[in-house]
Amino acid sequence: MGKRVGMEVAIASAEAAALCKFDVAAVYPITPQSHVAEHLSDIVNDGRVDASFITVESEHSALSAAMGASATGARVVTATSSQGLLYMHEVLPITSAMRLPIVMLIANRAISGPINIWNDHSDIMPQRDTGWISFFADNGQEVVDMTIQAFKVAEHREVMLPVNVNMDGFQLTHMVEPIIMPDQGEVDRFLPEYVPYATLHPDRPVSMGTLAMPEIYAEAQKAKNVAIVNSKKIILEVWKEWEKLFGRRYEPIQAYRTKDADVALVTMGSMGETAEIAVEELRKQGVKAGLLKIKLWRPFPFAELRKAVQGIRVLAVTDRACSFGGPGGPVFSEIRSALYEEPVRPAIVNYIIGLGGRDVQVEDFMEMVRQAARGKLSEPYVFYGVRG
Amino acid sequence: MTTVKKYTKSVVENFDLYAPKLVSKEEFFNAGHRACQGCGEALAIRLMCKALGKDTVITNATGCMEVISSLYPTTAWTLPWIHVAFPNAAAVASGVEAGLRALRRKGKIADRRVKSVAIGGDGGTMDIGFQALSGAMERGHDMLYVCFDNEAYMNTGIQRSSGTPFLASTTTAPAGKKIPGNQVWKKNLAEIMVQHNLPYVATASPSYPLDFMNKVKKARRVKGPSYIHCLVTCPTGWRSASETCIKLGRLALETGIFPLYEVENGVYKLTVEIPEKRRPVEDYLKLQGRFRHLTPDQMQVIQARVDLEFKKLQNKIDHSVSWV
Repeated sequence: MGKRVGMEVAIASAEAAALCKFDVAAVYPITPQSHVAEHLSDIVNDGRVDASFITVESEHSALSAAMGASATGARVVTATSSQGLLYMHEVLPITSAMRLPIVMLIANRAISGPINIWNDHSDIMPQRDTGWISFFADNGQEVVDMTIQAFKVAEHREVMLPVNVNMDGFQLTHMVEPIIMPDQGEVDRFLPEYVPYATLHPDRPVSMGTLAMPEIYAEAQKAKNVAIVNSKKIILEVWKEWEKLFGRRYEPIQAYRTKDADVALVTMGSMGETAEIAVEELRKQGVKAGLLKIKLWRPFPFAELRKAVQGIRVLAVTDRACSFGGPGGPVFSEIRSALYEEPVRPAIVNYIIGLGGRDVQVEDFMEMVRQAARGKLSEPYVFYGVRG
Repeated sequence: MTTVKKYTKSVVENFDLYAPKLVSKEEFFNAGHRACQGCGEALAIRLMCKALGKDTVITNATGCMEVISSLYPTTAWTLPWIHVAFPNAAAVASGVEAGLRALRRKGKIADRRVKSVAIGGDGGTMDIGFQALSGAMERGHDMLYVCFDNEAYMNTGIQRSSGTPFLASTTTAPAGKKIPGNQVWKKNLAEIMVQHNLPYVATASPSYPLDFMNKVKKARRVKGPSYIHCLVTCPTGWRSASETCIKLGRLALETGIFPLYEVENGVYKLTVEIPEKRRPVEDYLKLQGRFRHLTPDQMQVIQARVDLEFKKLQNKIDHSVSWV
């Protein structure tokens, strides 16, 4: 049985990777991911996991070295944040195209400029279309669980794709939370040894990352899309197995008091817990509020979303990133597009909140629900509580 | 008895004539690839692979070599080979090394040494890949990096790189009416690698195949990082006749423009003798269209700089001290 501990979430994420017995870690430090980097190297240098830790000179090299190691058949973990994630952007789509099951822990942080080290989701959103599976955690327990699940999903023969686990910088990474740490035996039973399909070794030489002309490039892209779409089935199976073994339930979209809800908030990441309290407060005041928390960002859970919004009159979608000059935040535009073909669909409004660590409190979520309940906003999307 | 003695002596004297027979006939970079006629780089890679042998993993930076050798669904490579992107061959190869090391230690792969080797052009090594190279070398991975320097971005159409020689005409540093080609001197990457405290650094050329292969073998044996800077002719980019590929490599040496040397634990040594009276740089420059616009005065400027660089190298050869 796992043990309940009080642990900083960044450290807990590294501990979770250690339970997965990674072979190689390649990490470049960046705030607020740095405790992940430091703790992974503690684990390796103390010999708690028999692994190589590569102290790369940049994030671009972090993911590049991770790819090289993964291509030899090693189980590989990396971690980053913000500018670092943007710096490695070039390598992300290549990782998924080469079907290398690397797990990346992301401490979500705003991107420059102006420079800002605090939390939002503007680092991960530009990575949306790179072919990585994306999990979003609400709390420390979910970070630990999703890290372990990520290896199982990534390495599944029917998936073979990289996975990133998103945890809000500071709001999660630097919080000490009560976490049930699975024990090694449990993880060993859940996560089998990685059996790679093809590796870089002279005993069976292969060429990886070859040149594709127009006659085959499009097929390669389609194949990647098929792979990530089909991965949902495996993700659901893995989550079901997790629930059976550990008793904690994971769903692509977690509904909170939406059965009879009139207005529902939509959140991704740690703000979901604040929104839950807002829903409770509103309920006390007689407002039929609810909440949908997105846990699986890619592949996007279209069917689950359509089911989850049934009976809801207004959706108040929150975004923690901008799409400048676009239709609203990325989560909003995804949800609105997903529901376009539905004969009966809720009204959808968009609040862009919590940019660069701006605090969003219970009362703010309550106000968003009250505004949304009254109907259309003055603009298609609103920077909630922002001056100017 | 006399005949035998004479015979033995002649083998030694003509070692370079007989030694190619000792070179492995096995090919790891195979025929049928799409390189240009007279490509010095394709030839050098073929020789490098022969010297490396089977237990090798190649990481290839984006460039001509990846394009000409890996057109899906074909491959020229019978060594395990990976290409990821332009700037990161050294980083990927460092990951390959770390992965192989961890898996070997943990008994997940066969217990024998497999060398991680990264290759890239001058752009992928000296410019966009420079940071990744410096990082990988500084971290001390057991890997070899070979830069095949053809002195410009040839794959994208002969644009200037930091490997381009002074006054050479390229498509982004053309010999214009006002500015006559590339305005700065070539970066000395081999020297920068020496400053990374590498146990083995060498310069090489496919025009001296045995010297090159011996250096690759030596670098392969090093348990740690090593670097070889190989000057390769690009007939397309140098505007030179294909059949002068080998000749140009020899002239680069005989003029002192590209001396072949190695640096072992800090000790510099020439590996191919350079004639006491070096040929004028003009002999090398005049065979290449990229230098066609040079005036006699400009050739003299180049001559003076080559003389100076040669003197500096000679000084290191005379005074360097081993750190082991």
